[in-house]
Amino acid sequence: MHMADALLAPAVAATMYAASGVTAGISIHKLKKDDEPQKLPVMAVTAALVFAGQMINYTIPGTGSSGHMCGGMLLSALLGPQAGFLSMIVILAIQCLFFADGGLLALGANVWNMAFYGCFVGYYLIWRPIMRSRWFGEGRSAQRARIIAAAIIGCIATLQLGAFSVVLETSLSGIAELPFGAFVALMQPIHLAIGLVEGLITAAVLVFVFEFRPELLQGVERAEGENSKRSLKTVVAILAVVALVVGGGLSLLASSNPDGLEWALFGNAEEGYAENMGLDEEDFGVSSKAADTAGAIQEKTSFLPDYAFSGSDSAAGTTVSGIVGAAMVAGVAILICLAGGFFRKKKKTD
Amino acid sequence: MNKMQKAMRELAEMDELAARTSPIHALHPAAKLIAAIAYILVTLSFGKYDLSGLVPMVLWPILLFQISGTEVRTCFYKLRIVLPLVMAVGLFNPIFDRSAAAQLGGVVISGGVISMLTLMLKGLFCLMASFLLMATTPIDLLCAALRQLHVPKMLVTLLLLTYRYVGVMTEELAVMTEAYLLRAPGQKGIHISAWGSFLGQLLLRSMDRAQELYSSMLLRGYHQHFHYAGIRPFRARDALYLLGCILFFLLLRRVNIAQMLGGTLVG
Repeated sequence: MHMADALLAPAVAATMYAASGVTAGISIHKLKKDDEPQKLPVMAVTAALVFAGQMINYTIPGTGSSGHMCGGMLLSALLGPQAGFLSMIVILAIQCLFFADGGLLALGANVWNMAFYGCFVGYYLIWRPIMRSRWFGEGRSAQRARIIAAAIIGCIATLQLGAFSVVLETSLSGIAELPFGAFVALMQPIHLAIGLVEGLITAAVLVFVFEFRPELLQGVERAEGENSKRSLKTVVAILAVVALVVGGGLSLLASSNPDGLEWALFGNAEEGYAENMGLDEEDFGVSSKAADTAGAIQEKTSFLPDYAFSGSDSAAGTTVSGIVGAAMVAGVAILICLAGGFFRKKKKTD
Repeated sequence: MNKMQKAMRELAEMDELAARTSPIHALHPAAKLIAAIAYILVTLSFGKYDLSGLVPMVLWPILLFQISGTEVRTCFYKLRIVLPLVMAVGLFNPIFDRSAAAQLGGVVISGGVISMLTLMLKGLFCLMASFLLMATTPIDLLCAALRQLHVPKMLVTLLLLTYRYVGVMTEELAVMTEAYLLRAPGQKGIHISAWGSFLGQLLLRSMDRAQELYSSMLLRGYHQHFHYAGIRPFRARDALYLLGCILFFLLLRRVNIAQMLGGTLVG
């Protein structure tokens, strides 16, 4: 789900940087207030482990394909949301800087899409309420079932939110021609399946930690004794089916109304929304004095004003001169390469 | 070679590239970082049909590749991660945007094709900019520069510590995966019965290791202050490089050099 720089407009990238930066600032403030200096090495080692752990292939039984683990949920369950968020930032930064996974400018958006939802939404709205609840009854196996439920629901929900944000950011950047609704309909179901598998893997790791060192998990009470007789496999199966049905239903809802954003702006014209807001569907902000002046300025300053017209001679001329120019740039680039090679060879012979 | 071993090789490769010497390596890391960000910003600000305006932006990375003596091949290897997503989004452009935008000979080129090519070039250029930054700047110096730019201490220390441990953890997991797969021939990944225990065991061990690490840090005199690599002050030539880069980018943004050169030649 890592976004590349190319998919973002500078304004969208800057906004996402600001949002992620503010969240990071608040997290750092909270961690400083807690004053636990020993937490820093724990965060670093766990982040490094999650980074490496995301490369492990887990075989999905009966499919032949493999899945990976969900870093945000695992980190916030182990370290808490703030420390988990900072650790995720660092993981994403290393992935972007050394492995070109994501981009320098897209880092803010990636942090938001993967770390914010995974850590804050996943922890405060899913992990903590479920851990505090009395789902599945009392005792150790009920606790185990709650961890599995929280991990699966958390991964599915946070991945859905992340995928939706990717679509929203790309659409707002105005780079892709793929309509918003179609993009959503493409992204959400794919990430539903990914979320389910990631949830199951994350649940398996968290249950293992719970069995041996329950004190390492955030917000988990150390329940003693075996009261519940519920089988673990049954719980996993029930949860998986429920998650699939709920998530699938949501994705279908999303795709049955594919142009949600456009509908929200223009579709409910009968309610007088467009009129109230001064919007005109046919002539959206085109005919105004300011627009005319802007158009005239644009006409004069734009480099390739002919792009909008087809088949005219001037368009052909533009194309040819553009290509010739590009070829000349390529020639200059090759010259630079040759010059570099020449100097290096000279150095070697010296 | 499994995924983790490949990742380790990639990390080592970047470290080796950054450890060389060249005029670009000698520049202040903050100047290189800001120049790279400015380059990406300017590249992304080109309109989606402005292909001819975007093409000359290739000159800056090419120049840097040459001066720093970095091979472009290493950078292209990393494209395998960036391109699929950009392609997946960009490939729809020719389908949805069929308005004729240009004509070449008898063939009409649609706006979608131009916007797809622009998108891919943007992806390539941005990758080259961040690759060049990391190929000419060691992580220690970059972290020191981040501190100078007032990025919070906690985040920078965490980045440096995590980077150091990424190597250790990846190596450990690579060995574990190798050992597991040798005992499970013909299996593509970790079996469901070991999903939890495989990473869980290493996780528990690592948590204990982190405590030991903290103790050893305290023994060496750690007082919530981390000592960064010695970084030289920002000199005039760094400022000159940064200014030159930014002016060059702005020039390329304002003047469509490809169109101008082509225009003078074709008439």
